[in-house]
Amino acid sequence: MHTLQITASAPDPALLDLPWKIPLAEWPDEVLAALPRGISRHVVRFVRLSGRVIAIKEIGETVAYREFELLRQLRKLEVPSVVPVGVITGRVDEHGERLEAVLVTEHLQFSLPYRALFSQALRPDTALRLIDALAVLLVRVHLTGFYWGDVSLSNTLFRRDAETFSAYLVDAETGDLHRTLTPGQRNYDVDLARTNIIGELMDLVAGELLDEEVDVIAIGDRLVERYASLWDALTGAESFTHAERWRVAARIEALNELGFDVGELEMTTDIDGTSVRIQPKVVDAGHHSRRLMRLTGLDVQENQARRLLNDLDAYRAATERQNDDEEWVAHDWLRLVFEHTVQSVPRDLRRKLEPAQLFHEILDHRWFISERAGRDVPLPEATASYVENVLRHRPDEKSLLGLAPGETDPDFTE
Amino acid sequence: MATVTYDHASRFYPGTERPAVDQLNLHIEDGEFLVLVGPSGCGKSTSLRMLAGLEDVNSGSIYIGDRDVTDVQPKDRDIAMVFQNYALYPHMSVADNMGFALKIAGTPKQDIRKRVEEAAAILDLTEYLDRKPKALSGGQRQRVAMGRAIVRQPQVFLMDEPLSNLDAKLRVQTRTQIASLQRRLGVTTVYVTHDQTEALTMGDRIAVLKDGLLQQVGTPREMYDTPQNVFVAGFIGSPAMNLASFQVDDGYAHVGEARIALDRSSIAKLTDEDKGQITLGFRPEALEVVSQADSGAFPVEVDLVEELGSDAFVYGRLVGPKAVDAHVTSGAGNDQLIVRVDPRNVPAKGQRIYVKIRPGNEHIFSSATGQRL
Repeated sequence: MHTLQITASAPDPALLDLPWKIPLAEWPDEVLAALPRGISRHVVRFVRLSGRVIAIKEIGETVAYREFELLRQLRKLEVPSVVPVGVITGRVDEHGERLEAVLVTEHLQFSLPYRALFSQALRPDTALRLIDALAVLLVRVHLTGFYWGDVSLSNTLFRRDAETFSAYLVDAETGDLHRTLTPGQRNYDVDLARTNIIGELMDLVAGELLDEEVDVIAIGDRLVERYASLWDALTGAESFTHAERWRVAARIEALNELGFDVGELEMTTDIDGTSVRIQPKVVDAGHHSRRLMRLTGLDVQENQARRLLNDLDAYRAATERQNDDEEWVAHDWLRLVFEHTVQSVPRDLRRKLEPAQLFHEILDHRWFISERAGRDVPLPEATASYVENVLRHRPDEKSLLGLAPGETDPDFTE
Repeated sequence: MATVTYDHASRFYPGTERPAVDQLNLHIEDGEFLVLVGPSGCGKSTSLRMLAGLEDVNSGSIYIGDRDVTDVQPKDRDIAMVFQNYALYPHMSVADNMGFALKIAGTPKQDIRKRVEEAAAILDLTEYLDRKPKALSGGQRQRVAMGRAIVRQPQVFLMDEPLSNLDAKLRVQTRTQIASLQRRLGVTTVYVTHDQTEALTMGDRIAVLKDGLLQQVGTPREMYDTPQNVFVAGFIGSPAMNLASFQVDDGYAHVGEARIALDRSSIAKLTDEDKGQITLGFRPEALEVVSQADSGAFPVEVDLVEELGSDAFVYGRLVGPKAVDAHVTSGAGNDQLIVRVDPRNVPAKGQRIYVKIRPGNEHIFSSATGQRL
């Protein structure tokens, strides 16, 4: 007698209603929200469940448990990654034949697979901004001691983050958590990332989704450069004379500017006290998003937070409240500016983008039309213009999943 | 082509008491297929990653050929991790999927084509080279992934549990393919698995590790016929070897009614620490069902019979006076013995059968050290 076994941190009874007796590749269209696009080494399907979308991946049992556990640990370490829902084992088909175990993860709302980004009309520097986001993610996972083992664009999801992207780890199958990583492990990850990215971009060129004039090798090399300079900025040691102690504060400020907080800084002086050496020991990403969270309770991504904080500062100056408590001003800004603006967007259009991204784009739009009109366009007017001229024509990105059930993947048609 | 040598190579993690890999000495011949096998946490993957440059070597050295690579960066070691990446690119032809890493490295076009064609011939993929991966079966896709490593012409292939995320059928298929391919290519290969069946069927030689220590290295036949200690004896072979403690008296091992003649030269190696005891190992297939009167026969009570068509196994218990003192272990757990029996003549559950070890098929270990005597 076989029994289905569900291992989950918060099991959803609705999981039991899914057709586990059928191999995932044969699940009927009515169950599916979408099929994934492009490259994956396993069968993956998206399914709607209790008002959310989950991703289901068929994979060997031990590997499934391992990845589930790793993803949980990564969440605890605050690495941007997909949320694991559970592992389901003990599947058998109607003839009693054993079926592969599955790993269930939550679909990341508003996330964009890189192939979807390339099949939309895009500004030419998108590839570079994706690479920058991936470099930040790779540095963050390496700081926590996670060796990824298969870094690629396919194993990453991207979310809009103001004018940039932030990257999320999707596939931890090949990874390993260590206390700290050796330079060999880090270099290997970076080198493999470079090879994979160039391969993925070559594939886009072959599929005519990316112009063949684009130097794909240079884009791959950029990851290596961005990674190295960010790693160096975050962990490198510097020495200076005792008289230059201001450089300690400058270093911390520079790290804040990169979006990192310094949790621990090692400072040593030589015996006669003439020179000082500093090296950050613990750095945490999310400097701006933490500050915004503290002030307003808004939980948004780093560059969105930076943008909102700038607007908050502008509001403070415009209302001449520099001497008021920052928390009070932030509270008013949240209610009168941020929430008011977001709520003035019609409900059916509002759900196309995350609120913080929506607000960021409205600010951008205001700047753009103000310049064209040669006057300062007020926010309500800018909002109305943005809704009519931009948002209405944007695709819905809340759950941009891939192919509709029944649709064939054009990528796989010769 | 190259040899691989671990010379007293160790890996310590800060804050742990014993090394993850402890003074590993291992020489792998040019072209050899070596399998590192052992239970989880034994140090097999760490050993492989030390060779790959993914783990520091804290003491000792590692050589590829005559070159000391202990402090060389992974990408400069001229090794290939096979299957690290086997997602195929849908828009690219099979040939481009195999050769893209060479293109990145700036290898001239005609060289790439030549190497890809050579690899494709070995992999039986020639006719698919100009097609898209979509046209391939699951097994062929696996071979393209192998092709990616082959075209790089590395000195050593490394494979870390490459089959663990395949389904059971593809796993057996790919196992055979990897083994025969490696023999055709003749590239030195180090392969990690926790599965002793995989090790026995694939490796030229097998190295068994436990707790960071190399237990034994040898051909599959040597590992099976002459395990050097109790751990290797219990680990290699399926179902696992039965192991039990026996009192030694007058050239015989006995517990209760059971009385088994022992090889004199082995008994001579017993020391005071063994306190007149030995650990006796006998594989399920080394036992035969005999009559009670037969010398060396001992009684087993049948708990369960597993019939597999060509084979049948009895899971039972050693019975008789003092049988508990034997501390029997086997593939079925504590106190259980496994006996292979004639599938056309199986005993019933609850029946008592008498079995004896076929002469020369017993393995004698020191009860104090666990070493083969």
